[in-house]
Amino acid sequence: MGEIEVQALRGIDLQIVEGEFIAIMGASGSGKSTLMNLIGCLDTPSEGTYLLEDVDVAELDDDSLAMIRNLRIGFVFQSFNLIPRSTALHNVEMPLIYAGDSAQRLERALAALDLVGLADRAHHQPSELSGGQQQRVAIARALITEPAILLAEIMRLLTRLNEQGRTIVLITHEGDIATFASRVVRLRDGLILSDDRQVPREPAGAEAPSEQAAAEAVS
Amino acid sequence: MSVGEALRLAWQGLLANRLRSGLTMLGILIGVGAVILLVAVGNGASIKVQNQVQALGSNIVYIYPSSTKAGGVSQGFGSGSTLTQADVNALNDRSQAPDIVTAIPVAQASGNMTWQNQNWFAQTTGSTQDFAQVRAYDIKTGAMFTAADVTSSSKVVVVGQTVVDNLFQGQDPVGQQIKINRVTFTVVGTFASKGSAALGNQDNVAVVPITTAWNYLTGGRGKNISQIVIQATSADTVKAAQTEATNILLNLHQVADPTNPDFTSQSQQDILNATSQITGTLTVLLGAIAAISLVVGGIGIMNIMLVTVTERTREIGIRKAIGARRRDILLQFLIESMVLSGLGGLLGIAAGWLIALQIGSIKIAGGTLPQPVVSIPSVLLAFGVSVGIGLFFGIYPANRAAGLHPIEALRYE
Repeated sequence: MGEIEVQALRGIDLQIVEGEFIAIMGASGSGKSTLMNLIGCLDTPSEGTYLLEDVDVAELDDDSLAMIRNLRIGFVFQSFNLIPRSTALHNVEMPLIYAGDSAQRLERALAALDLVGLADRAHHQPSELSGGQQQRVAIARALITEPAILLAEIMRLLTRLNEQGRTIVLITHEGDIATFASRVVRLRDGLILSDDRQVPREPAGAEAPSEQAAAEAVS
Repeated sequence: MSVGEALRLAWQGLLANRLRSGLTMLGILIGVGAVILLVAVGNGASIKVQNQVQALGSNIVYIYPSSTKAGGVSQGFGSGSTLTQADVNALNDRSQAPDIVTAIPVAQASGNMTWQNQNWFAQTTGSTQDFAQVRAYDIKTGAMFTAADVTSSSKVVVVGQTVVDNLFQGQDPVGQQIKINRVTFTVVGTFASKGSAALGNQDNVAVVPITTAWNYLTGGRGKNISQIVIQATSADTVKAAQTEATNILLNLHQVADPTNPDFTSQSQQDILNATSQITGTLTVLLGAIAAISLVVGGIGIMNIMLVTVTERTREIGIRKAIGARRRDILLQFLIESMVLSGLGGLLGIAAGWLIALQIGSIKIAGGTLPQPVVSIPSVLLAFGVSVGIGLFFGIYPANRAAGLHPIEALRYE
């Protein structure tokens, strides 16, 4: 806060194409969180434009932005951000509730939990789950509306989801994790430092194609 | 988000803070309970008074003489002696007054009565054999005196229950000789108790033929009639009977100015209206006092909802991040606030009702308190108002929640 105006991002010019797996790297304060908020439509730019699927989000009202977040974007936060005192199942079905999509809501939420291997924990609250389990609930919640873009601050399961054709933006400060992505954007002081394409490293467990195996891989 | 979903969330939210929700509800509970109870008490009193007015007789119109002036000084209401037996006869003429069943003259005489070594004071009323029917007195023992008694000015009397209790000490009064103002009367019957006291004790009466009253009790005042009591054929014809009686008397008395007649008429309905106006005001006053506590309860709800919104700022941020719109958040917190107050209201209705049921059995001097009557409209109104309070006092906190910026809310620790 304070009196000094901080420009979190300056002169960013970035294009992400459909199906890409892009890692955005940078130290703390480099502006990567702000970039994530912009891409995720949690925030709108004070200057410049952000086109999401050819739509300028700055021209959209709050409700339209909420709808985009609901249907087109999936968030997996570093701290998971599950709703306390709500069961895993309820956390996962929540985006469907806000979408007004009640068709087989419980079945779909259960299927999503099953996909991340937590079907037997559906009625547990976040406080009754381990960190890894909470993370998988967060992933199931991000995927339930089958969003176009997955914005993630954590790594698990992402390679496999990218192979299914989903655009993934990974926000991290760990270079090791970024090696799984096919494109790495490095930020410093609100500017793009580098934008490199690379051959992604094969993740362990990628050779096991079944869903059950994938679920085991993330646990 | 549907209302059903919001209700489920609200229920979860309330269960998560049971003690806090309970205490907040208590504020509304007490307010609604007080409204229900006090309005019921007011209603009970009102119904009791109305029953007493009904007990005066059914479909009754009273005719009183107007006040007279002596040397420019008013002698007070009913002090005139303008009513005569001729008036009574005219009112009993069915061809002129088809809506009147019967009209009876009443002459009042106060009399000290004695029996053996007992004495008692009661209003002694002179009237005709129709008195019991018109004033809705039931004969308990013996019989009403007859038309022959009136014609022959017999010294017979019918006494009320209070007189029986105080004068005869448990003995059968029928056939006994009592003295009223030192004149000996034979008791021929007794009235069953009317059992009400608010409008004067209607059981402390003694009724004699009016001719007897004129001859022996009212002294030198001649054939004075202090009021004429008219019974209409039905509740619907009371108004018509009143009009007929007024016209007959205006004619008979040759009143030049109908706006200033020498008599006054008052129907039972007039008395009912006057008393229900008083008791109605009482009920509204009681309800208004109780309503103040409802407002206090509402402020408690607002307070707790503000705390809840602050506590759940991060949750609101998460919900917004995954697609909750402004109105979804608004609905969630509004419903939570309304469930809180609505539930408190329901419990308050139950509590007020239960207490109201107990009040009628509380003993006070001279019997019990009037049984409170819980009115269904007041219950519905109280429930509606309690939900409305939740809505009103929930708007500000819910609006605050809905207006939170998602990023700031997510960062909130």
